[in-house]
Amino acid sequence: MSAYLHTAWTVFLKDVRIEARTRESLVSILVFSVLVAFIFNFAFDPNPRVLATVGPGIVWVAFVFTGVIGLNRNFVLEQEQGTLDALLLAPVAREALYAGKLLGVFALMTAVEALMLPVFVVLYDLPVLNGPFVGVTLAATLGFAAVGTLFSAIAVRTRAREVLLPLLFLPAALPVLIGAVASSSDIFAGQGWSEYGRWLQLILIFDVVFIVVTSVAFEAVIEE
Amino acid sequence: MATVAGRHQQGLVARGRRVLGNAQRAKYIFLLLLAAMFVANLYLMLIWAPTERVMGDVQRIFYIHVPPLWVSFIAFFLTFGSSIAYLRTRDRSWDNRAFAAAEVGLAFMTVGIIAGAIWGKPVWGTWWTWDAKLTTTFVLWVTYVGYMMVRAYAPVRAQGARWSAVIGIIGFINVPIVYMAAVWWRGLHPDQVTGAFASGGGLEPDMRTAFYFSVLTFVLLFAYLLYHRIGVRRTEDEIGSLHYALHEGRS
Repeated sequence: MSAYLHTAWTVFLKDVRIEARTRESLVSILVFSVLVAFIFNFAFDPNPRVLATVGPGIVWVAFVFTGVIGLNRNFVLEQEQGTLDALLLAPVAREALYAGKLLGVFALMTAVEALMLPVFVVLYDLPVLNGPFVGVTLAATLGFAAVGTLFSAIAVRTRAREVLLPLLFLPAALPVLIGAVASSSDIFAGQGWSEYGRWLQLILIFDVVFIVVTSVAFEAVIEE
Repeated sequence: MATVAGRHQQGLVARGRRVLGNAQRAKYIFLLLLAAMFVANLYLMLIWAPTERVMGDVQRIFYIHVPPLWVSFIAFFLTFGSSIAYLRTRDRSWDNRAFAAAEVGLAFMTVGIIAGAIWGKPVWGTWWTWDAKLTTTFVLWVTYVGYMMVRAYAPVRAQGARWSAVIGIIGFINVPIVYMAAVWWRGLHPDQVTGAFASGGGLEPDMRTAFYFSVLTFVLLFAYLLYHRIGVRRTEDEIGSLHYALHEGRS
């Protein structure tokens, strides 16, 4: 078990170190995410009445698009530099490699999301800076990262990786997305745990299912 | 080198003639049977079956809406089983079965969805709505579109086979959810009227007969198409390896 955690942690640190030195992904994804949030200004008139209904939608469309861009980059470096082969040559459990990659994606996505929260406050005055919303965001992002890591490992080696990833990722992530949007609108409307809690539980159930299924499937996807 | 190609070609042509000779007759008999069943099916659902009291003749779409979708569920189950078998054995013939079932199943599913939309317009006043059953059905459809695309864009055939097998296994989880969606979440789409989870009084006996005849017809059509798709797939494989052999011979 400790070897497993050690491997996962090492893979995770590798990704963090690459990101810390290049800052390529974080900055570009953040700018993209701000632009998505910004575009909504022109898609409709952002008055308080409209925002009460579409507010959660804005947040989650921005987060999901951000997720897709982040996931697209997830295995690109591994593919281009040939590090994936090196990782596979290492005598370690495939599930641990998977857990490391998943952690990396999760960290990147949550970093972007954390930086986006003030943007939503400034642009749309949405009540996103509170415990329940942050909890829902973390839970949903974990689910996105789990399915996304598996599918990005597939998509990166195909000829149409930019198209294929969202095509596989979005339908699979839909249950989590529905839960996230529903619980967010409950939270924005000032409802308590009894309302948004049901949806948060749904998200958590899917998180567990996704993590178990995808770590088992990862080996079949990744081998040469 | 041309002789190698020539011998390969002659071998293939001779084999083709032999196989065609036997299979052709059985194929035509089956096709005739299918055609007769389709005519009978049209008669049963359009004329013989009683008109529904509330919806009127529009309800007859039922007989071409539900059966193709049931067939697609069977198809995806075959893909699911064949995908597991493929990942276990790495035997190409399992992959061929999984692929053929997914492709034909997707076609049936598309027909069923379109029929449902045509039914929805007069009855619900809209072609499409994001009711639980429709949403989960849409996700299922997109999953198998993804299944096809992964294969099309995979750089190596074996990789496409492996990846799509994973999708075929994970995607199947959604099939029982689609089937039960109208029972679990009350939406616009009605519950089952027949089968193990049927609610209420069920189907009128004559409607039931027409319905199950339609199911049988679609299942046989599916079996026919599946059989041929697997055959075509096998031929594609064979042509691929002949190509390979030819190029080997030249270099």
